[in-house]
Amino acid sequence: MTMSPHNAPIVEPVPVEDPYAPPKGMDRVVDHLKREWQLYVMLLPLIIWLLLFLYKPMYGLQVAFKDYSIFKGVANSPWIGFEHFETLFGNDQFIRAIRNTVIISFWTLVIGFPVPILLALMFNEILNATYKKWSQTIVYLPHFISSVIIAGIVITAFSPSAGIVNTFLGWFGVEPIYFLTKAEWFRPIFVGTGIWQEAGFQSIVYLAAIAGVSPTLYESAVVDGASRWQMMWKITIPSIMTTIIIMLIIRIGNILEVSFEMIILLYQPATYETADVVNTFIYRQGLQAGQYDFAAAAGLFNAVIAFVLVISANALSRRYSRTSLW
Amino acid sequence: MTNMNLYSRNDKMFVYLNMFLVGVFTLSTLYPFIYIAALSFSSGFEARAGNVVLTPVDATIAAYKQVLSEPAFWRSYLNTFIYTIGGTLMSLAFIIPGAYALSRPQLYGRRFWNLMVAFTMWFNAGLIPFFLNMRDLGLLDSYFGIIIGFAVNGFNVILMRNFFEGVPSSFEEAARMDGANEFQVLWKVYMPLAKPAIATIALFCIVSRWNGFFWAMVLLQDQEKVPLQVYLRHTIAKLSDDQEFSVTLIDAPYSVETVTAAIIVCSIIPVLLVYPFLQKYFNKGIMLGGVKE
Repeated sequence: MTMSPHNAPIVEPVPVEDPYAPPKGMDRVVDHLKREWQLYVMLLPLIIWLLLFLYKPMYGLQVAFKDYSIFKGVANSPWIGFEHFETLFGNDQFIRAIRNTVIISFWTLVIGFPVPILLALMFNEILNATYKKWSQTIVYLPHFISSVIIAGIVITAFSPSAGIVNTFLGWFGVEPIYFLTKAEWFRPIFVGTGIWQEAGFQSIVYLAAIAGVSPTLYESAVVDGASRWQMMWKITIPSIMTTIIIMLIIRIGNILEVSFEMIILLYQPATYETADVVNTFIYRQGLQAGQYDFAAAAGLFNAVIAFVLVISANALSRRYSRTSLW
Repeated sequence: MTNMNLYSRNDKMFVYLNMFLVGVFTLSTLYPFIYIAALSFSSGFEARAGNVVLTPVDATIAAYKQVLSEPAFWRSYLNTFIYTIGGTLMSLAFIIPGAYALSRPQLYGRRFWNLMVAFTMWFNAGLIPFFLNMRDLGLLDSYFGIIIGFAVNGFNVILMRNFFEGVPSSFEEAARMDGANEFQVLWKVYMPLAKPAIATIALFCIVSRWNGFFWAMVLLQDQEKVPLQVYLRHTIAKLSDDQEFSVTLIDAPYSVETVTAAIIVCSIIPVLLVYPFLQKYFNKGIMLGGVKE
């Protein structure tokens, strides 16, 4: 019972029957469903789809703690606790895959993050509208090309006999290099390809931020005799700093998201040493070698860390800018 | 701002240097495509010798004849159309009504349902459980499996929902007065208003379907059902591994390189055809869905 400051019991108001009051409890729910059932009919397929294709696999994650047998199925295979995780952390290839994931992400971030910002600033300084439109059209294009084709182009261009890269090097007297079989070349080629494919498209976010800068700032700077260079440094860059920081936080949150599809297309046993990341490891161990339970354990480990990173990144971005991704 | 006379000499230098640098970046984006196109029209001998740089050398369409004469190429092309059209329609059928319901304030448990969608963007079970689930559902090696298994993407649902939420309720009042039900309001009021958002999502779906490779490779064993990207991958891998193929090619007018290049060109063309539409919408799409207050 609630007590008032004077320790006297509170007098409850006597309930009065209101004949026009909305129905309560179950009646209210029934009433609501009678009126709004159509909304639930619209929602239902989406929810069923999510349950069937995304939430059911989460239930299936239990194979990470089981000795999975195809014949017994997910639910009936025996539990074995953390055995797969113990094997995992004793597995050199898995440790190597984690290391490669972090290294490749790191370089993608350090080299790949500034390029779209630079591009957006450069596009912004182009005065000729036609030139600007055409160059943007071209640099956005690779984003829409499939990774199979991009990989096909890379394989062709870096081929030892016919590839254009070796042709160029040949002009300077360099002997042909079989790039894609050299472990030391994998990361530069992969990171470079990623920048070539995505930097243009990623610049759109920054261009949108630049478009939001108030023109009066530039007008008064022109009156003050500022050069374009000064305006870029003193107005444009500070104005888009929030966007830059948010994008940086998001990228750090997604650091485990290496585009493994592209790695599968470009790597080979000779380059596993530097190329094999967690998802390609899972693909080989699970989908190719059929060790589903063991590979699922690796996947769960990856997903949990990714989840923590993404959630923290979002919280950070929310704190920093009062905007979040969802 | 466009009057160059207003700028000092330093500014002009800056503007021209910048134009030059953008030009360099643009050309280096474009060049690989030009190189591949040139390669595809060159003779096998010149391609193997590494003599193709910018334009076709000893021009021929032999590589295209070789590629287009493969029934498997056409089969995979047709399959890609089936997956792209079927998959995009399936996505819209799930996303539009679902997102509309999620946008209605009177929906019970609205926060919960929204969270259920958003959670799939933060956490997914991963490759193995998804694969096992598809197998348990009997969706391996099936057109339907590919079409339905990737129909929904949380990001697209939220993008669509945000759009619906942004429509002022005054738009639907007239329809409500006439006694329209939810389906009619969605169909007659919201769908016409949402055309740009729907087009954006449809284009996202089309691109991801057209380019989809990994799951098609994993889930489809039957070569009759594989899409273009998987066929492309098999062919490129086979060409570059197959020593015998290279030997038989000594006298052929095409080579491993020119055939690979020709296949790449054939599969890029449809992307180039829809690209103008894509460009019109992706800016909008990013603005629509990106950041929610």
